[in-house]
Amino acid sequence: MTALALPTRKDEDFRYADLAALERVWPVAIETIALAEGEQRALSMVNLGVRELVIVLAPGASLDLHVLNAGPDYGRLALRAELGTGSRFNFGAAQLAGSGQVLEVVTEVQHLGPDAVSQQTVRSVAGGGSSVNYLGKVHVAKGADGTDGSQSVRAMLLDRQSAANAKPELEIHADDVKCAHGCAVGELDKQALFYLAQRGLPPEAAKKLMLQAFVAEAFVGAADEEALQAQALAALEALL
Amino acid sequence: MLKIENLHATVADKPILKGLSLSINAGEVHAIMGPNGAGKSTLSYVLGGRPGYEVTEGSVTFMGQDLLALEPHERAAAGLFLGFQYPVEIPGVSFVQFMRESANAQRKGRGEPPLSGGDFLKLAREKAALLKMDMEMLKRPVNVGFSGGEKKRAEMVQMGILNPSLAVLDETDSGLDIDALRVVGEGINATMRANDKAVLLITHYQRLLDYVQPDFVHVLAGGRIVRTGGPELAHELEEHGYEAVA
Ligand SMILES: Nc1ncnc2c1ncn2[C@@H]1O[C@H](COP(=O)(O)OP(=O)(O)O)[C@@H](O)[C@H]1O
Ligand SMILES: [Mg+2]
Repeated sequence: MTALALPTRKDEDFRYADLAALERVWPVAIETIALAEGEQRALSMVNLGVRELVIVLAPGASLDLHVLNAGPDYGRLALRAELGTGSRFNFGAAQLAGSGQVLEVVTEVQHLGPDAVSQQTVRSVAGGGSSVNYLGKVHVAKGADGTDGSQSVRAMLLDRQSAANAKPELEIHADDVKCAHGCAVGELDKQALFYLAQRGLPPEAAKKLMLQAFVAEAFVGAADEEALQAQALAALEALL
Repeated sequence: MLKIENLHATVADKPILKGLSLSINAGEVHAIMGPNGAGKSTLSYVLGGRPGYEVTEGSVTFMGQDLLALEPHERAAAGLFLGFQYPVEIPGVSFVQFMRESANAQRKGRGEPPLSGGDFLKLAREKAALLKMDMEMLKRPVNVGFSGGEKKRAEMVQMGILNPSLAVLDETDSGLDIDALRVVGEGINATMRANDKAVLLITHYQRLLDYVQPDFVHVLAGGRIVRTGGPELAHELEEHGYEAVA
């Protein structure tokens, strides 16, 4: 993941990146988060800019990582997580992009020992000709039986000019593995919007209510769930 | 209160309403009956301003205003309520939050101060009790996991909270068992039977009309009102069917 030369579109992990914005902050220092055996930790990150994390979970460790990626400019979180035996990694990310912004999450979750659980929930909203990306690999090493690795990735487009790219990938070298992944890009349900309007909600309030609920799925289980929600709401208001 | 004149409307370029006229005065209950596909739900959506339902001719005046010139949320604030034939599920949005924001958006539109959290909950509790609906259900996401009957009762709780001037209730009785039908009927009477309010009931069955007695019954067929009568017309329809009567 480290490369001193500025990446190009040919680098798989950067195929949708905002390379001009990336150049201004390149090279990106790698931050390591290491949890000792049995250690539990909950972390939240808001409006991170361009970050690159390496997460190392010793056997039985448990990390909850929640991210709100809303700008103000290019936002990119790349992480590689190495999961030891019986460890747990719960990752929730919300990306709220407006006016030409690029926001992205790039993950590589490696199940290195048996019985580890990883769960990734990514909810993205794109308006104003922005784009939101998710590139996520789940790698299950040989012998990592009993792995449970799930990816739930959904994006909501607010207009025709905006785009979402989602690429969940699985690479499995063990038997007895449970890997569920769901991936969907859509628009706000028009029937629901009319229903809300019929009860008196102006269009922006109706959209905000629905998007708030959509984004909240990324923060389930966060220690500071309410604070994240409040910050996401403020970002949504700026988008609509 | 409501005056519909020569209303023509299309859905996906297909003409559905073809010259519908109907007047409803304050204090009245009207029933519309008619075969499937006649345009009953289309009428309710056109009144509500649903996108995709295009008025090509005619006019609708609601309490002195040109209804068709208003946005859907403005029609709601003006006092129009639609009870949906198929209430929409909205995952993740709690019924209580939805209703509180809706009620306050309407109040804002009318230049009234918002309800406090406490006042709103008191009102919601009162209306839920009227419809024999467990308050716990109203903390759940809107209509998600509700049975057909619960959805219809939840619609009536919403109507109670929003307290409209005109309620257009589209097959609110379908999917209800006998007991729920009575509860819903009483709920409609309690909320809407007043000198300054009116109800348009869309229904297939006489049985709801036993509880909410209409002043007028209309038959809608082929996009127009083809016959109008008193409560006895509903009995006649039940007995002889639409084709014989209309
Ligand atoms: N979204 C739509 N697109 C095309 N046709 C529609 C749509 N909605 C309703 N229709 C048609 O309009 C007609 C009237 O439908 P509706 O108003 O639902 O009837 P009713 O409620 O009286 O059963 C039907 O022929 C139906 O197929
Ligand atoms: Mg219908």
